Amino acid sequence: MKLRISLTVIVAAMMIFAGYAALFIAPDERTMHEIQRIFYFHVPAWSASFTAFFASWIACIAYLSTKRDRFDWLAVSAAEVGVIACTIGLLTGPLWAKPVWGIWWTWDARLTTTFILWLLYISYLLLRGLIEEPARRATLAAVFGVFAFLDVPLVYASNRLWRTQHPAPVMFGGPNSGLNPMMGKVLGFCIVSVLCLMVIILVDRYRLEELRHEVDELRQDAETRALDAQNAQNHVSTAR
Amino acid sequence: MSTARAASIVLAKELRLELRTRELLSATLVFALIVIVMFSYAFDPTPAESRHYGPGLLWIAFLFAGSLMLHPSFAREQAGDTMDALRLAPISSFSILLGKMAANFIFLAIAELILVPIFAVLYDVRLMGVLGPLILVFALGTLGLVIAGTVFASISSHARMRELMLPLLLLPVLAPLLVAAVQATRALLADTPSLDPAWVTFLAAFDVIFMTASWLVCDFLLEE
Repeated sequence: MKLRISLTVIVAAMMIFAGYAALFIAPDERTMHEIQRIFYFHVPAWSASFTAFFASWIACIAYLSTKRDRFDWLAVSAAEVGVIACTIGLLTGPLWAKPVWGIWWTWDARLTTTFILWLLYISYLLLRGLIEEPARRATLAAVFGVFAFLDVPLVYASNRLWRTQHPAPVMFGGPNSGLNPMMGKVLGFCIVSVLCLMVIILVDRYRLEELRHEVDELRQDAETRALDAQNAQNHVSTAR
Repeated sequence: MSTARAASIVLAKELRLELRTRELLSATLVFALIVIVMFSYAFDPTPAESRHYGPGLLWIAFLFAGSLMLHPSFAREQAGDTMDALRLAPISSFSILLGKMAANFIFLAIAELILVPIFAVLYDVRLMGVLGPLILVFALGTLGLVIAGTVFASISSHARMRELMLPLLLLPVLAPLLVAAVQATRALLADTPSLDPAWVTFLAAFDVIFMTASWLVCDFLLEE
């Protein structure tokens, strides 16, 4: 418990410093100026969401091959954290795009892939809510999770193939082309901080799932005992 | 019993069931036809526009029709508690899945065989010169649709609100298939028709990847 609290404090400090570094330490971008600074949160959110979805996919495969509940808990926790990070990425992207590109959204390969991925994992979470029985929910959700992430390279490939034949209206002059070393350092630090934050939230979410499971088991246990007691009483009264 | 033989028995059972009721095929046909007719109301397209937007419309219609039509494939079994009987049969679960996929493919292919010519007549699109490649593109696209669709139908059959759940699971996964199928069909219906090998390869790859994944997970889908 002490370890968790101190880790949380460290990550909180990292996040505060990341915010400071993104706003004040990183040098001004020549053409985009202040607007570009949203990238210090946008790119980390994107990498956190993909890491989380990848973790969820691995957990789904692990659940199917071992059938251990822990992997199911990990899969759902990672999917939820991934959806949150993905939502942040999808919201901060247009905020940057509107002043720089002049449009909120473009159906570029990266954007479309992320959007479809977001939809897939929303469906995954919805599906989990609609299957009652825990073992069946875990298995079927894991099967869908495997298919969903398998789809990602296909979505990306199809969009690349499509958009290269018909050039997108906006060319991607990404921040990676000739990045200033200081900018690179700040971006790297922001990515690490957000990934740490994601891990902390993931661990907490996983603990929650574990506790939920424990409560369910205790409740079932209590119900069986109550039923046993009732049966015993009935038995006594009929014997009389 | 070999997988192929077991699958063909399941397929025969599905076809017999459909032949007796004919409800699935007729509903699918009418639904897709309605979508095609609504297209004219929504867009009022010229012949050139029909050639440009028609492939997208056709595939959207078939995707929606498929996401509705594939649902009974497993829901019907549950209604009569016949899934247990299938499970008890001494055949692999992949052969059950394969038989159902084949049946769904046949149903959807029949619907397409009837609807694509109707579409061509209504919107003045010429099919004659490109019939062979067009059948190839539709076969590959439909195959991908029914592979993913049958697997997801078995998932959604266990969920509440399952009629709504299947399109929700299926349509985002089919996004790359939709792009590939529409682009390949559009290239064939253009003024100078051509078969785009990149998209055909993509469709084939989609089918192979999803078929392999289905084969790997089929035991989990049908377990009690």
